Amino acid sequence: MKTRRAMFRSKGGVHPASRKRATNAMPVEFMPLSKVLFVSMVQHMGAPARPVVKKGDAVMRGQVLGEAGGYVSAPVHAPTSGKVIAISERPTQAGLPAACVEIEPDGEDRWDAARQPGPDWKTMEAKALVERIVAAGIVGMGGAGFPTHVKLSPPAGKTIDTLIINGAECEPYLTADQRLMVEAAQSIWTGVQIVRQILGARRLVMAIEDNKPDAIQAMSAAMEGTDAELVVLKTEYPQGAEKQLIYAVTGREVPSGGLPMAVGALVENVGTCAAIYDAIVEGRPLTERIVTVTGAMVRTPKNLRARIGTPLADLVAFCGGMVGLPGKIICGGPMMGLAQGSLEAAVTKTTSGVVLLPHQAVQQFSSMPCISCGRCVSACPMRLMPNTLGEMIEAEDNEGAEGLNVMDCIECGSCAYECPAHRPLVQHMRQAKAEITKQRLKKATAAKG
Amino acid sequence: MNEPVEKTLPIAAKEPTWLASSSPHAHSGDSVRKIMLTVIIALMPALAAAGIFFGWDALRLTGVCIVSCVAAEAATRKLMRRDKGIGDLSAVVTGLLLAFNLPPALPSWMAVVGSIVAIVIAKQFYGGLGYNPFNPALIGRVLLLISFPVAMTTWGPWQILSPAAGVDAITTATPLGLVKTTLGTGQPLPFVFDGDTILQFFMGAKNGCIGEVSVLALLIGGMYLLWRRCISWQVPVFYIGTVAVFATILWLADPTHNYNPLFHILTGGLVLGAFFMATDMVTTPVTKTGLMFFGIGCGVLTMVIRKWGGYPEGVSFAILIMNAFTPLLNRMTRPRVFGHGQKKKQA
Repeated sequence: MKTRRAMFRSKGGVHPASRKRATNAMPVEFMPLSKVLFVSMVQHMGAPARPVVKKGDAVMRGQVLGEAGGYVSAPVHAPTSGKVIAISERPTQAGLPAACVEIEPDGEDRWDAARQPGPDWKTMEAKALVERIVAAGIVGMGGAGFPTHVKLSPPAGKTIDTLIINGAECEPYLTADQRLMVEAAQSIWTGVQIVRQILGARRLVMAIEDNKPDAIQAMSAAMEGTDAELVVLKTEYPQGAEKQLIYAVTGREVPSGGLPMAVGALVENVGTCAAIYDAIVEGRPLTERIVTVTGAMVRTPKNLRARIGTPLADLVAFCGGMVGLPGKIICGGPMMGLAQGSLEAAVTKTTSGVVLLPHQAVQQFSSMPCISCGRCVSACPMRLMPNTLGEMIEAEDNEGAEGLNVMDCIECGSCAYECPAHRPLVQHMRQAKAEITKQRLKKATAAKG
Repeated sequence: MNEPVEKTLPIAAKEPTWLASSSPHAHSGDSVRKIMLTVIIALMPALAAAGIFFGWDALRLTGVCIVSCVAAEAATRKLMRRDKGIGDLSAVVTGLLLAFNLPPALPSWMAVVGSIVAIVIAKQFYGGLGYNPFNPALIGRVLLLISFPVAMTTWGPWQILSPAAGVDAITTATPLGLVKTTLGTGQPLPFVFDGDTILQFFMGAKNGCIGEVSVLALLIGGMYLLWRRCISWQVPVFYIGTVAVFATILWLADPTHNYNPLFHILTGGLVLGAFFMATDMVTTPVTKTGLMFFGIGCGVLTMVIRKWGGYPEGVSFAILIMNAFTPLLNRMTRPRVFGHGQKKKQA
């Protein structure tokens, strides 16, 4: 195994205070079962899952509650054994209504008898491995929740020569991936090897930011004696963004509008790899994940291994409750996470953290005219001109914004983070992207009809 | 789970619930006001130097310009029914910079006229901070220069340390003005530019506008701006560097009619302009490459005006002319977007 620094340094990026110290040395604790688990059918990108149980059904842990709603979708499993008390409609973390299976745990936490550990993965065909990954409901656990099997099934003729494992965790506050690497390096490493076997990737790179020396040590111990590389990245946001990570490791730029496979690369999050290990070796579908509950307004910040469907309010209560009213409650990190209006939403496969920020951290400012300081231009990892784009979008010139490549925006928020005039730059771009996508869809349907 | 919030603790917000706006939920903490405050702090060494060299006049002009700029800003915004815009402190910066570009003996009422032109015409008529294409303080200065050419070029007596003739001499011109008039009448260079003169020019004991004389004080402020990330190094480095290269070529070509390049760096408003005026965020490019070209352009224009123009000094004009190029430079130096037009690599 080789350890080296990243050879390529992408332009842009920002350095927000990391605030990881509150939880980065705290071992993961088990979150006790809640009275009711709210298992949303929208846990991933793509089509929602379709509930296949009904009110009153008894379920076992790992039993399918909702089947995949299409190819780009994933099944959802019961996080514990118990009774289905309702099939309801509840808001997701993003605030949109989605079908939800409510489970009342029986406290016995019995696994579905039908689940079996698989045969030795080394002897399995790629197709059989991918089938087990589909059945286990595995999605990208870094945040986007893209169904993993889709990424692992490149179209014929496309080869993926470089597999990059994302342990960057560049969002401030979050330590879920860091703790996982420290505590479960061996599981992650086995999962990584399974993915490599599926893809037949020649090169294998583990990428971790240099602010996590304990994770670097644990992963290099697990990888000792292999041909994999460990790349130590400079701590910088958004170092863990897919395109920026591929560039930092390989020097290849994913073409605009293209997928990482266009440059022969594939990125998997460390949590996803651990989930693949659980699915293939232990035969356990994805029913829990690590969530960092932190921020100045939580009494005792913790890393928790929580079941899917655990209400956010229970997580906060388990951490000693709040020390005052927070200014914002965020699912995920402060740069790209979703602010919550209430604590009613529940843990999903992509909930990496719940961050309770104090009021002074989220002061609201009215935005001023752009003073052309150029900080957003320097910060943009995609090398866009957020200053110009922001003004165009304010003038409702979406076509102009499209011409300046607003569709390449990865919505990392670095521009708005830097803006001294407090302009909602990424917010404008997000809105323009949504409208342009709508227009394109309209055009496409018109052309068909 | 209804009781985790303890009522006894102080609660900062008036609203009972937390905010649910879209990401990012973190900010660098910098603001326009903080940037302006940093610039004001960075100008303090030069203000102190002005006080030492020009005494009461320096404080009088600075006070008049700041008060009239802030008052003009407040009044215009009220008349235009815009929100109060003086909290961002940009009018204070404009006032300071305008004062720094005035000769010490200028009557106060002229300074008031300059301030009103800078704020009302050059800034608020265009929409206020962020929309002005030209540096307001320089517009104020240039308008005064063409309206009151005598008052704007009247300087105090200044003793030349190393006169070429060897006899003590006193002049009422600036170093650049003295050289221009002397050479214009076919005479040789008026003084010896030796180590003592260089030190004198660096420290600031010379004729000039109140804020431009002490290169040392300006450098201290400039370094502070660089350290606080309020300016990009590209502008001062390429501006002063271009002047140095240009002046070196002239000096090597004809040393009897040109001083060595240090003369051009230490005289006039170059250092003030390169660190504080050509770095104004609003009126200069946003890309680093754009700023580089901006600095080079300013350098060339400054030297062309100093050497062949009608005025002895060209910094103000050079920066204003380059301000006009800012939109073009922004367009020309747009970075290649990630994943676009990458040259195909050979496999």
